[in-house]
Amino acid sequence: MLKQYSFEKTAVQTFDDKTSLAIKTEDLQVFYGQNHAMFDANLAFPKNQITALIGASGSGKSTYLRSLNRMNDGIATVTGKIWYHGVNINEPGVNIYEIRRHIGMVFQRPNPFAKSIRENIVYALRANGLKKKAELEERVEQSLKGAALWDEVKDNLDKSALSLSGGQQQRLCIARSIAMAPDVLLLDEPCSALDPISTVKVEETLLELQKKYSIIIVTHNMQQASRISSQCAFFHLGHVMEYVPTGTMFSNPQIPVTQDYIAGSFG
Amino acid sequence: MEQTNFQLKKQDAQSDEWEAQLHHATKATREDWIGRGISYFCIGIIILVVASMLWFITSKGIATFTQNHVSLWKFLSGTNWAPDQGQTGALPMILGSFAVTFAAAIVATPFAVGTAIFMTEISPNKGRKFLQPVIELLVGIPSVVYGFIGLAVIVPFMRHLVGGSGFGIISATFVLFVMVLPTITSMTVDSLRAVPRFYKEASLALGATRWQTVSRVILRSATSGILTAIIFGMARAFGEALAVQMVIGNAAIMPKNLISPASTLTSQLTTGIGDTIDGTLPNNALWSLALILLLMSLVFNALVRIIAKRGQLKHER
Repeated sequence: MLKQYSFEKTAVQTFDDKTSLAIKTEDLQVFYGQNHAMFDANLAFPKNQITALIGASGSGKSTYLRSLNRMNDGIATVTGKIWYHGVNINEPGVNIYEIRRHIGMVFQRPNPFAKSIRENIVYALRANGLKKKAELEERVEQSLKGAALWDEVKDNLDKSALSLSGGQQQRLCIARSIAMAPDVLLLDEPCSALDPISTVKVEETLLELQKKYSIIIVTHNMQQASRISSQCAFFHLGHVMEYVPTGTMFSNPQIPVTQDYIAGSFG
Repeated sequence: MEQTNFQLKKQDAQSDEWEAQLHHATKATREDWIGRGISYFCIGIIILVVASMLWFITSKGIATFTQNHVSLWKFLSGTNWAPDQGQTGALPMILGSFAVTFAAAIVATPFAVGTAIFMTEISPNKGRKFLQPVIELLVGIPSVVYGFIGLAVIVPFMRHLVGGSGFGIISATFVLFVMVLPTITSMTVDSLRAVPRFYKEASLALGATRWQTVSRVILRSATSGILTAIIFGMARAFGEALAVQMVIGNAAIMPKNLISPASTLTSQLTTGIGDTIDGTLPNNALWSLALILLLMSLVFNALVRIIAKRGQLKHER
């Protein structure tokens, strides 16, 4: 039986004006029909850092993440504000396609298209109007290098992406996202379908990528959060309970529910 | 080794009893035999029926060439069809069948794919609630009703529009268009629904628009399914007899244009089969037309299988 924790007692950090933020949410709520899945999430994500969202299954962390680039459109109702470059992007008039080009997303299950490796990356660039062959080739190389996949696939760019291993596929998905030159990268449990060696490679890639991108990663794996993130938010039953620097989260959690989760009492 | 053998050996009277029991048939094992017997019996009957039909049509169909000594080439390329006078050129009907089949498929496919996209991507709820029953209803309408509507509406309309009798390939095309539309639509819907959701999400997350996602990802990965749907539609059009016969005019002459009376393999069969005597050339020639129909449906089947196999290879991970 899961212990009842008070949702009143939370420990959520805020940042002063000096910290430059990539994205910030104010009172973000998500409803799946009648089902209230996310309550008043107030989180701010510093630029060029990795922020991890942790919590048990059904805690709302993926729901929250998917709201940030409006992937919940048509699936759930999202209220509240999402500030991005001074604009509230959770408004009806906002161009969601433009938002998704700036806020890229990588999913839990590696999901390359059934096309060649090159076509997987070129697809979105073409859809975005980029036509010149030389430029496309350049972007393919850059993004594959960025995702630390170039050396493994440079001779086989025309091979089917589905012939790659799971870890390679996931790094291809990362490459595909960064080819669009986003500035925020959302990752929804990117390593949960991968073996430990592939996981290490993806993590190394992410640590390298945070120099250029602001990264928000949902993870089931607390060790992973502690290995790669600078900030860490703990979600519980649709509430953000604690949001502190990662070091604090794992050495000195502030409230009972986080303490219990970190200690492994549930989840 | 010794020890295990020792344990497996019979030890006393009780194990004899055990052995008898284990070798004895029970109610459960008998049920298995009966069940297996029933299904073998059914499948045997069906195989027998199919095999004898194939043999029957083939043996009757080749009689034109073996007994009446018509050359196969002349049969396939001759343009003069008057079997009672010894003229058995089947090309007009072959052409007619292919013309209405391809024309109907070409006209129906864009509408079917458009409808299917609406039903799966644009408005899945309305699609499931309203369009699905409508399409199922269209499949269930008997072909004689389609033919009757064609005769009462399309033929006069074509007569007013372009003159002539109104009977012809174009009227048949329109009737077949309505008849194959539900087939192609519902199978296309199935193949679009089978496209993994994560392809769509991946595309949208990259900032691709819905149009780009549908046209470049969803339709692309459903291509083999859509081709299969079109071929099933074509098989239906190729084999449709009654409705076509009612609107095409049934003139066994080379079709000069789309608005003059023509005929198809099926329409010639249905109009002619009652007027011939078994074993004569006119009768045998009709069986040969039936054989062509049979072979074509085998070709359609083979195409579907080939396409399905290709599609499978593409999706293997």
